[in-house]
Amino acid sequence: MTGTGRVARRVLRMPAAAAGCAMLAAVVAGALLAGAVAPAPHDAIDLDAALRAPSFAHPFGTDPFGRDVFARVLHGARVSLGVGFLARTISLVLGLVLGAVAGYFGGRLDSIVMRLADITFAYPTLLLLIAIIAVVSPGIVSLFVTLGVVGWASVARLVRAQVLSVKEREFVQAARAAGAGHAALIVRHILPACLAPVLVVYTMGLGMTIMAEASLSFLGLGVQPPHPSWGGMVSSGIVFMRTAPWLTIFPGLALTVTVCALNLVGDGLRDALAPRLAAVDRSR
Amino acid sequence: MPRETCDPSTPALEASGVKKYYRGAAASLFRSGPVIKAVDGVDLVLPRGATVGLVGESGCGKSTLARVLIRLEEPTEGSIALGGEDFLALRGEALRRSRRRIQMIFQDPYSSLNPRLTVGSTIGEGIRIHRLARGAAVGERVAALLERVGLSAAASSKYPHEFSGGQRQRIGVARALAVEPEVIIADEPVSALDVSIRAQIVNLLGDLQSDFALTYLFIAHDLGIVEHVSDTVAVMYCGKIVELSPAEEIFREPLHPYTAGLIASAPAADPSGRGGRAAIPGDVPSPANVPPGCAFHPRCPRVMDVCRAVPPELVRRGAHRQVRCWLYPAGD
Repeated sequence: MTGTGRVARRVLRMPAAAAGCAMLAAVVAGALLAGAVAPAPHDAIDLDAALRAPSFAHPFGTDPFGRDVFARVLHGARVSLGVGFLARTISLVLGLVLGAVAGYFGGRLDSIVMRLADITFAYPTLLLLIAIIAVVSPGIVSLFVTLGVVGWASVARLVRAQVLSVKEREFVQAARAAGAGHAALIVRHILPACLAPVLVVYTMGLGMTIMAEASLSFLGLGVQPPHPSWGGMVSSGIVFMRTAPWLTIFPGLALTVTVCALNLVGDGLRDALAPRLAAVDRSR
Repeated sequence: MPRETCDPSTPALEASGVKKYYRGAAASLFRSGPVIKAVDGVDLVLPRGATVGLVGESGCGKSTLARVLIRLEEPTEGSIALGGEDFLALRGEALRRSRRRIQMIFQDPYSSLNPRLTVGSTIGEGIRIHRLARGAAVGERVAALLERVGLSAAASSKYPHEFSGGQRQRIGVARALAVEPEVIIADEPVSALDVSIRAQIVNLLGDLQSDFALTYLFIAHDLGIVEHVSDTVAVMYCGKIVELSPAEEIFREPLHPYTAGLIASAPAADPSGRGGRAAIPGDVPSPANVPPGCAFHPRCPRVMDVCRAVPPELVRRGAHRQVRCWLYPAGD
C-alpha cells in the first residue's frame, strides 16, 4: 500500500518518535546480536569475579556468580521483546477475530463477546495474571500465552467499535449489494479500514506487556532463573542494592528505555495516522 | 394480481405495503424510545424498462426505501417482488445469488468506493462472486465496462483517489452494471456532483437503459433532473407516497399542494416563466413525531379542518394518477 511509506516518513520526521525508533532499534539490535556484542557468555559462572563494579571487561559489572551483567541484559532483551511480541500478537489475533465478529454480526454474539471483555477488564491486570500463572506453571510459554490472552479485550473493543462504524460505510454496503458474503465483507472491505488505530494500540500495548512480563518475573512467576530476564535480574539484585547497585540499575534502565521507546513510537504512529483517519472521516 | 414470471408485463419490481420502522433512542431506562416510521406503507411498481422518479426532501424516507428494496435492510412489513418472484423470501445463498438482479448507484462517489481496492477489483468483485467470468476474462469484462461508461480501460489498475467525482460516479455505474442487473436503484446519483457534470451522468444512465433494457428507480431531490429522466414520478413525504403521476402531467398540473410547493421552489431554467421561487414554509417534521392527520398539514397552504384529524388515503385520480390529499376525496 502506498500509504505505509508515507506514514513511516511522517513518524521519522517527529523528533520524539524518531528518538523512540532509534532506542527501539538499539534494543532490538542488542537482543539480536547479544552473542557477538557481549564480552562474555551470559551463563559463564566465574566465582572469582563475583560482584565486580562496571569496568572495561564487564561494562555493566558482574553478578554474585561472576556472570556478565551486560550479556545478561542483552539476553534479557530477547526474552522481553520476544514475550512482548508473541503476547501482543496473540492479543491481536484474538481481538481482531472476536471484535470483528462481535461488531459485524451484532446481537447476542456481540453481547456475549463484550460481556467477556467486561469481565476481563473488571480484574486488575496484574492480579489476573498472577491468578492464572498460579494455576498453570510458570515459564516462558505460559507467560506469553497468559499475557496474550489477558490482552485480547482492549483490542477486541477497539476493533468492534471500528467495525461498527466501517460496516455502515457505502462501499461496504455496495459490496454487500453485489453479493459479497460475510467473510469477504469482513476480510476484504471492513478490516483493512480498521487497522490504523489497531496498529497504534498494538504498539502502545507492547510496552505495557513488557512491563507486565517484568513484573511477573520480578515476582518469580515469569521467566525462571537461571534464564536471564530484566524483571528477574532486578528481583535477584535487590538484596545487593547498597553494595552492587549495577545489578538492579542496568536491567531497570533497559526496561525503562524499551518501554519509553515503544510509547514514543506509538504516540508518533497515532499522530502520523491521525490526518489520514481524519481524511477518512471527512470523506464519509 | 396473478404472478407470472415470464410475462413481459410483470413489473421488474413491485413493492407493496412496505414499512420500515426504527426504534428511536430510549427516553429513559424504563421508557423505550419512540417508533420512527421511516417508510410507512409504500406501494410502488417499476414497470420493465421504465424509469420511476422518487422525489422528496431529505429525511422523507426515500433512501431508506431504496435500502429496503435492495435488501440492505429488512422491511418491518410488506412484500417486494422482483420480476414476479418473492424477493423477501430469499435467504443466505439464494439471496446472494439474486442480489445481482437489483443493483444500486450510491449518492456519494467518494465513500461508495473502497479506497484500498483498485477500480478493477471493485468492479470485478461482483463478476467474480456471480461467476459471470473467470480468470483473464474478468479483466476483459471490466475493461469493456469501463469503456462503456466513458473511462479508459487503463483505469482498472488505478485507485479511486486518482479520479474526480464525476469519474468516480462512472466507476460506481460500471460496478452496478457489472453483474448484469435488471433493476438499478440510483440513489441521488448526481447530487454530490458538480452541476456541469450532472448532465453527463444522467445522459450516460439514459444510454445504458436503452442498451441493457434496464429499469430505474431514480431518487432525487432535484425536480429538474427527475422531470428529464422519469416516465413516472412518485413524491414522498414523511415515509408515504403523496402523489404518483406520469412525469409530464405532474409537472404540468401538480395535484398535491406539496408537489406544487416542490415544483414552485425548484430553480427554473427560465426564471421569468415560472415567476418567483416560493419556498414551502417550515421544516420536514421529525419522523419520530409526525403530525396527526395529514403529515403535511402544518406546512400546507390549503389546509382544512379534516387534514388535522384524519390521515388521507392514496386515491386514484384519472387513469394514471394517484394522490393522497383531502382536496381530492375518493370517488370524486
